[in-house]
Amino acid sequence: MSNLLLQLKGLTKGYPGVVANKDVTFDIRKGEVHALLGENGAGKSTLVKTIYGLVHPDSGSMTLEDAPYRPADPRAARNSGVAMVFQHFSLFDALNVAENIALGMENPPSQRDLAAKITEVSELYGLPLDPSRIVGDLSAGERQRVEIIRCLLQDPKLLIMDEPTSVLTPQEVDILFETLNKLRNEGTAILYISHKLKEIRTLCDHATILRLGEVVGTCVPAETLARDMAELMVGGTLHVPERAPTEAGDVILSLKGLSAPAPTEFGTPLRNINVEVRRGEILGIGGVAGNGQDELLLALSGEMPTPAGMVSFQDKDISQMRPNGRRALGLLSAPEERMGHAAAPDMTLIENGFLTAETRMGLSKNGFLQWGKARAYAEKVIQTFDVRTPSPDNAARSLSGGNLQKFVIGREILQDPEVLIVNQPTWGVDAAAAASIRQALLDLAANGSAVICISQDLDELMEISDRFAALNGGALSEPRPAQGLTVDEIGLMLGGAHDMEVAHVEA
Amino acid sequence: MLRLEKRPQPSKAWTYAAPLLAVVITILLGGVLFWLLGKDPIAATRMIFWDPLFGDFAAFYLPELLIKAAPLILIAIGLSFGFQAGIWNIGAEGQYIIGAICAAGVALAFYPLEARWMIFPLMIVAGIAGGAAWAMIPALLRVYFKTNEILVSLMLVYVAEVLINAFSVGLMRNPDGMGFPGSRSLKEYPAAANGDLFPNLGSFGSGIHWGVITALFAVVVAYVFLTRHRFGFNVRLAGQSPRAAAFSGVNPNRLIILCMVLSGGMAGLAGMFEVAGPSGQILGSFPAYYGFTAIIVAFLGRLHPIGIMLAGLLMALTYIGGDAALQPLQLPSASIQVFQGMLLFSLLAVDVLTNYRIRFSKGAIA
Repeated sequence: MSNLLLQLKGLTKGYPGVVANKDVTFDIRKGEVHALLGENGAGKSTLVKTIYGLVHPDSGSMTLEDAPYRPADPRAARNSGVAMVFQHFSLFDALNVAENIALGMENPPSQRDLAAKITEVSELYGLPLDPSRIVGDLSAGERQRVEIIRCLLQDPKLLIMDEPTSVLTPQEVDILFETLNKLRNEGTAILYISHKLKEIRTLCDHATILRLGEVVGTCVPAETLARDMAELMVGGTLHVPERAPTEAGDVILSLKGLSAPAPTEFGTPLRNINVEVRRGEILGIGGVAGNGQDELLLALSGEMPTPAGMVSFQDKDISQMRPNGRRALGLLSAPEERMGHAAAPDMTLIENGFLTAETRMGLSKNGFLQWGKARAYAEKVIQTFDVRTPSPDNAARSLSGGNLQKFVIGREILQDPEVLIVNQPTWGVDAAAAASIRQALLDLAANGSAVICISQDLDELMEISDRFAALNGGALSEPRPAQGLTVDEIGLMLGGAHDMEVAHVEA
Repeated sequence: MLRLEKRPQPSKAWTYAAPLLAVVITILLGGVLFWLLGKDPIAATRMIFWDPLFGDFAAFYLPELLIKAAPLILIAIGLSFGFQAGIWNIGAEGQYIIGAICAAGVALAFYPLEARWMIFPLMIVAGIAGGAAWAMIPALLRVYFKTNEILVSLMLVYVAEVLINAFSVGLMRNPDGMGFPGSRSLKEYPAAANGDLFPNLGSFGSGIHWGVITALFAVVVAYVFLTRHRFGFNVRLAGQSPRAAAFSGVNPNRLIILCMVLSGGMAGLAGMFEVAGPSGQILGSFPAYYGFTAIIVAFLGRLHPIGIMLAGLLMALTYIGGDAALQPLQLPSASIQVFQGMLLFSLLAVDVLTNYRIRFSKGAIA
């Protein structure tokens, strides 16, 4: 019997206007962790959806353990021993863990047997999970455990994991890796999708790198420089943001005891946040998703007014001020969700420029819009930030995620803010564009503005922040100088490992 | 196998072609309907859509067309702002009735004073205020108690219908009317009458009353506000992405109240022009479903002022042509409403093409 588990031969899949996968060929061996590396839009998702039976290739073939493999749907894939943990969880908040897992099963056993089985598997792999807890109360890391255990109950031969660490603290990442290592030693193959090179170098045995839908290289990550992998991924040399040493100026924004109830049922309340932000500095705010990032941005942008005295701008209380009043003062923001929050998908880029730039750029007169000025402003953003679009008359939804993000960030930066708050500024943006966005934020701070950068990408925060603080359960830790912080210290600030423990059983 | 695929951008061409195609489909389906009823489909279609405009009696029908189109356009323009913002005032009919009652109340209170300079403008104010107040009920309930404005505004229509019946036999009954229901005729009260402004134009008058002029004015003002003013921008933004609107600084509650008051006020204004002119009195038969038909007019006109003007004229044509065809063809009177309903449904069906394209694919879709 050969050592090969899954072979992909010449897989090609096209969508109208783009080729998502072109002649993709590689092998996954039994008991290896195989990395699939590539930028957003490189075709990773299409490829794993093909393996999981969600997408049918236009041409090419797959063999699983030397037998032809052509899953008609995810159920067929699961029956063949292929399981997948998605980046976005498909769990019902209102049901408990066992009920959620039973929903995905063909013939669910009784709740009691299932609960016993869940406890058994979770202890075996060091992923403790109480089957009777309500999913809505779980942290993101715990939700991921539900998804992983759901897969492990099927005893898979191949486990696909799509960007699993994007919602975890460093400690949780370590524990996840322990679990994955244990699975590998038992002979389970893992297809690990990520663009985080450090993780791939510590975890993966082989890597296949995709760019624009094609395989551009394979390597053994432990023996390859991160820089070389990045350049294969990007297809060019990478520009690393430069920073001039800046001196922090006067306090411009201060939060005193900022507290707010959760705006939605499964939101996070803000708890007594105290911080002062000075001109010329970048305050990096890290944290695992769902720990109050969105709520903090809403409280700062003015979408969620808070009781008086909690938010002040240059000693002026602005807690109750609405977004346009704050913009007039110079406090601008860019939310995480681009489609539908930072930008209106069906409106043109001109209209989307007007969306936030009306007040500061004088795009209206007595309430009447000045389309000429609005167009000129949109064109300026498009040009300065290299937004790829045929014209400013195109609808925002016709742009790729990364391009729209460049537009959204550029729209705020060109308004010359005094304080800019960004949430996940480079999420889903390719490496080159991410570097230019970070550079723009650094330049802004160098010119005397204050920047608050909320992000889940710790590497990004370490690269640009002067001070670092972490959000955990809606509370903000004491900010500390970013230079010299170790990964362990950051992890503790992020809230540690959320009750995780290392695998009990030695493999 | 047919499959719908979302277009990356809404198709400009289909945005304008869809209403026209819907009209053609309705005429064809209407022909089938007449044929099933045993009538000559071509003669019937011709009688409804052609004769009122170009037939022997066009001079009689054209003024009627303006009289019917004016309230439809006024109400539909008011509704179009709310509809674009995702605020569904379905009760324009009720606001139209209440506007008429308030305006008539003002006129009857001053009867028989001869002071048109004061009474007519006061009636306009009362009509707008009455309609706006009636629309404020669902607006405030939605803002403060999160009720559904569709249900509340719709149910208030039935309340308004009961009220106008009660007024026509109670408080507003004509004391000189020998006990018949209905108020004094405002048409015959010169200080309040909303009559033909150019009665000598054409052999049956021009049909142009103050409501027609106001409707035309409303089209122009609405166009300017929709395309060039922050209010129109906020309305479109709130309808397309409420979160982006909040981020942009739109206060959603204020927008709900503004849109409801605007649509209610316009409906009330239409009611005032109607009760002082073409209809002439407060009577149980005053409601003519203009408030409901205006919903079709608003969508048929793409919620765009110019489109609404054209759609209002078209819808008025189905009223007039339908009325004209009832007698000679022995059509049931409900057939006109069937016609109008078919128009809305064909529009909604064809509308899919604006945002989706049809693809033909072999193989099964997993």
